[in-house]
Amino acid sequence: MDPEPFEVGHAVREAINILSSSRNGVQISEALGTIKCYLGGTENQAPLKEREEFTRVHFSAFLRGLVSNLSPDWIELLTSDQQKELWDSFFLEGPADQAFLVLLDSIISMGPSFRLMKVISILEQFLQTGRMSALMWEVCHQQAQAGLPTFQETLLNKVVCLPDHLCNKLQGNNLPIFFPQNYFPLLATEIIQVLQRISDSLRGGLDCSISFMSQVLGKVCVHGRQEEILNVLVPRLMDLTKVDCIWQRMCWRLVECVPDRWMEAVVCGFVQKAPGADVLSRLLGNLVVKNKKAQFVVTQKLLLLQYSYVTAVLQNLLGYLALDSLRRSLLIKVLKELLETWGSSSAVKHCPVEQQLYVSKAILICLSHLKEPEIESNRQELLTSMMGGMKCRLDSNLPRVRRLGMIVAESISSRITTDGPSLKFQYEDDDETRELKSLQQTAPLQLHVTDLPNAGRNNSPSATPKAVSKPSGNPHPATPAVPEEGSDLELDSDDDLVPYDMSEDKELKKMKAPVYIRDCIEVLTGSEDMDKWEATMKVLESLIRRNSATTREVSMELAKVLLHLEEKTYIEGFVELRKRALVAVTIIDPVPVVQYLTSQFYSLNYSLYQRMDILDVLALAAQELSQPQASGKNKPCSTQSPCIQTVSGSDSSQNWRRIVDERIKSKTHRLAKGQSLVEPACGPNKFSSLAGHFFFPLIQNFDRPLVTFDLLGDDHLVLGRLAHTLAILMYFAIHTVAAATMGKSLLEFVWTLRFHTDSYVRQGLLSAVSSVLLSIPSERLLEDMTDEFLETQSWLEDVAEKDPDGDCRRLAWQNLLLMENLLKKTQKCPYLVVGGNWKQREIALVLRVAESLASVL
Amino acid sequence: MALPPPDPQFVLRGTSAEVHTLHFYCGGQEPDYPILFSGSSNGLIHVWNLKTRRVDTILDGHGGKSVYWVEAIYGRDRLLSQGRNQKICLWDLAEGRNTVTDSVFTENVGFCKCSLLKVAQGHWLMAMPGKDLDEVQVLELPSKTSVCTLKPEADAKPGMPMSLKLWQPDFGSCPFLLAGYEDGSVILWNLSGGKILSRLACHQEPVMSLDFDSEKTKGVSGSSEEVLTVWSLDEQQNLKVQKTHKLVNAGIADVAIRQDKKILATAGWDHRIRIFGWKKLKPLAILDYHTATVHCVSFSDHSRPSERLLAAGSKDHRISIWSIYNQTSGALHCPLETRKPD
Repeated sequence: MDPEPFEVGHAVREAINILSSSRNGVQISEALGTIKCYLGGTENQAPLKEREEFTRVHFSAFLRGLVSNLSPDWIELLTSDQQKELWDSFFLEGPADQAFLVLLDSIISMGPSFRLMKVISILEQFLQTGRMSALMWEVCHQQAQAGLPTFQETLLNKVVCLPDHLCNKLQGNNLPIFFPQNYFPLLATEIIQVLQRISDSLRGGLDCSISFMSQVLGKVCVHGRQEEILNVLVPRLMDLTKVDCIWQRMCWRLVECVPDRWMEAVVCGFVQKAPGADVLSRLLGNLVVKNKKAQFVVTQKLLLLQYSYVTAVLQNLLGYLALDSLRRSLLIKVLKELLETWGSSSAVKHCPVEQQLYVSKAILICLSHLKEPEIESNRQELLTSMMGGMKCRLDSNLPRVRRLGMIVAESISSRITTDGPSLKFQYEDDDETRELKSLQQTAPLQLHVTDLPNAGRNNSPSATPKAVSKPSGNPHPATPAVPEEGSDLELDSDDDLVPYDMSEDKELKKMKAPVYIRDCIEVLTGSEDMDKWEATMKVLESLIRRNSATTREVSMELAKVLLHLEEKTYIEGFVELRKRALVAVTIIDPVPVVQYLTSQFYSLNYSLYQRMDILDVLALAAQELSQPQASGKNKPCSTQSPCIQTVSGSDSSQNWRRIVDERIKSKTHRLAKGQSLVEPACGPNKFSSLAGHFFFPLIQNFDRPLVTFDLLGDDHLVLGRLAHTLAILMYFAIHTVAAATMGKSLLEFVWTLRFHTDSYVRQGLLSAVSSVLLSIPSERLLEDMTDEFLETQSWLEDVAEKDPDGDCRRLAWQNLLLMENLLKKTQKCPYLVVGGNWKQREIALVLRVAESLASVL
Repeated sequence: MALPPPDPQFVLRGTSAEVHTLHFYCGGQEPDYPILFSGSSNGLIHVWNLKTRRVDTILDGHGGKSVYWVEAIYGRDRLLSQGRNQKICLWDLAEGRNTVTDSVFTENVGFCKCSLLKVAQGHWLMAMPGKDLDEVQVLELPSKTSVCTLKPEADAKPGMPMSLKLWQPDFGSCPFLLAGYEDGSVILWNLSGGKILSRLACHQEPVMSLDFDSEKTKGVSGSSEEVLTVWSLDEQQNLKVQKTHKLVNAGIADVAIRQDKKILATAGWDHRIRIFGWKKLKPLAILDYHTATVHCVSFSDHSRPSERLLAAGSKDHRISIWSIYNQTSGALHCPLETRKPD
């Protein structure tokens, strides 16, 4: 048996004894000095074996002893120099891993006290003096000689969770260095230092394990601190790996060694933080090929399951896949999967538009990376999925989805058709389409941009397109300026000639418009003179409104003519002119015309467009009729009510929502103040006696398919329009006798269609519910329609939580809020008897609404 | 507030047909009165006395086919007229005569008006559309000998000539021809060599009319589209576009620069006459009187600037006579309100 271990142990025990019992400063400092010899670094150090013995076995225990003896009067026995040299140095110079653990353990276990303050200040110094890198280096070093896994596990936990522990302990008195936003960048620089040492030792031919670093990185990332750590780490690694292949290998290894459960967080972090695809490729190497988990994250999760990332991330990711021949097969695989998602009709129906946009972007970027031979070998497949996807996208009722489909299809077809014309759609360009189109070209350019030194900073998606568009945009305004200046140089001018008034210089009207309505009918039905026809169209509305008596004589004939009128020659705003004329006829002679129009809506041989026109006309007429106006003053509807412009599919629902929003706002306001809304103008509501004529024929036949018209089948666009129109009619039927009956049947209508797959239809239904809630007196609603009300409410709750369409969810929440307001109002009326479970339901509802608001904010 | 545009000074009615061409003759001595020749679509040429504002003489020499160019030579005694019966007639009007003394048969059936240039005392050059569709022929008058035939090269394909303007930089030098073609281009021809000096594609549609200011070497052209183009000729004999003006309504039937090079008048298909400042093409006035397309505009060459007139002939059978921007000094012309009281 070796006597030495005993000797060291004896010395340590003795020192601890002295420390705990003695009250003599000199004695204490001597004891500390003795032990210090075992640490080394001083002139009279102990033999190597003893030192190793001390650090391996006794160091932690001794440190604990030191901490446990700490008290204000005890520490005063030492001078401040001695404190620093003898007390602090054990923690700051001894083996860092043990010192760190002891410090953290004691912090965790101690209550607020002098001792805690002292230990924390030591820990602060520990971090400041860069002991963290020593700690990690020690672990890496040990690992090469197989260290203790549990010890490492504890250490890892403590290193990563240090900010949490200290925050919990110190609460408001936490020191800045322990804040996560300071600690993790510090940790990152320490990691870089350790990596530096590892690379040195590798160059020196020594083996070194990097896996502890990977674990630290992985754990930090999975704790949600990717931002802080990678913001420092990625730029440094980017610089270091630029020229040095050892660093590159180390970096790859660093990521590869991250345990699988943390891989996702690390890869996501890198993908987001890397300023360009080439950097990402340098940092990650062929990780996706080697690591299944990383492959899943990159090819599936980031592309198909999540959609919150900005375009630059997509460009990084797909560019990374495209940069290496090993990874290119993945790129093609990814494209196929993306196209499969893009082409599936159920995805079109059930994915939020934002995700569809994300997938479209990914497809466009993939396409831009593909090379000719790759496209060649996959042409047939691409074509098939393009055709399928295009079909179900063009079927959609949402213009944005349609447009997305068009752009993607256009770009696929332009890539796969080498000769002959490619697909070309007509749509209006907006920011979104321009961004998408720019993705087809910018991808290769992106790679060069990132070589610039400051490229790391502008990783926002808009940065690159802006930079590209600016220089090209500038010359254009400049060029016309040059000839302007040139002409100014001519000194003599025409200034002595004073121009006459030229305001009369207007577009020439070629034809005199007819003055009588009967003439108009003649022109519209028979005339081949296009100029006359055009002039007639332009005056028709005002003519109808001026001559109401004459119009009544021919109203049916006129309605028929107008409904069947086709655009024989191009007139600006023809559709609008025709619609306004029809609205005017409807208003002058409502009953027969509305009867005619509603019956025509469900009859054979009309185009979808005509049917939708009927709906628009009815909605606009209802609006105008319901508006109070002084008798005799017949202003044209167009100037009076800009709110309902049911011209195009997209706008109508938008405007609708706005109306409902405004309405809700005014409602809420009114309830809060307990005042009634003051109408600006008074007059009889002409719509009240007519509401039924508008409403019931429309809602009657929707479930009876005709040969050419099947609302519940393919014609869901018209169904959506119908739902919106019914909502509008219901809304204008406020305060009318028929409102309650209308509301009841409307709720039934909503109930039958509530699971419709088309989001436009659902939006219409939700608008309809809003109208019902707004237009029907709350007593009627709660007394006569309790069942419908409850059913609708449960459906709304369902929609508000689960619907894939964001607009639907929002509308549902609005409806729920409205319902809640209604319930509140009824509680104020004591004569109303309501069920006992109301209160609880309502509380739950309020909580939900608050939650949703919080999540929105 | 700018002044409202003026009304016509007077209107000449009685042609009972569309008026296609107008030509003033005001150059006579004091007892003579200014004359306006008008050619109309019923083949008649009316000679209007602008003092009495009545028709002096009616000339019928084109067999009822419309007359679309008239111009007086030898003072008011001889008149050239071009009609749709493919004849260019020379009339003797001296001492009350009205007979056709000579005529040239044109083989062209287009609408292109001739252009006349006096090269020496008693000698004129006349450019007229030639036998082939894209050909322009230049004759010497009164001998009627052909000076040259200007035919673009086979691959140029400018279409038919639509309007012609002969000019020479200064008296006695070699004359040039500017021709506007069916494809919207204007071509500068050198008569001595019969070569194209420059070609400028300044319109999308046929050039309906052009006029040229040989002092400033810049010209203006109107076409059936809604753009009026001013182009200039540089020292290297290259035509280039200087300025374009967008009109409210399409179609210009005729353009005329006043002899003093101050203003420019256009005859619009939109029934309106437009006046522009010639230097910068500044819009000055819109004269709205006619109820149908205006076919032609013409400025009088009256020796006294204040008596200079503008005449416009229209499809509505009327000739409107305007007195506009004919004060010599700018101050006199200023509307009264804008002058400071002193």
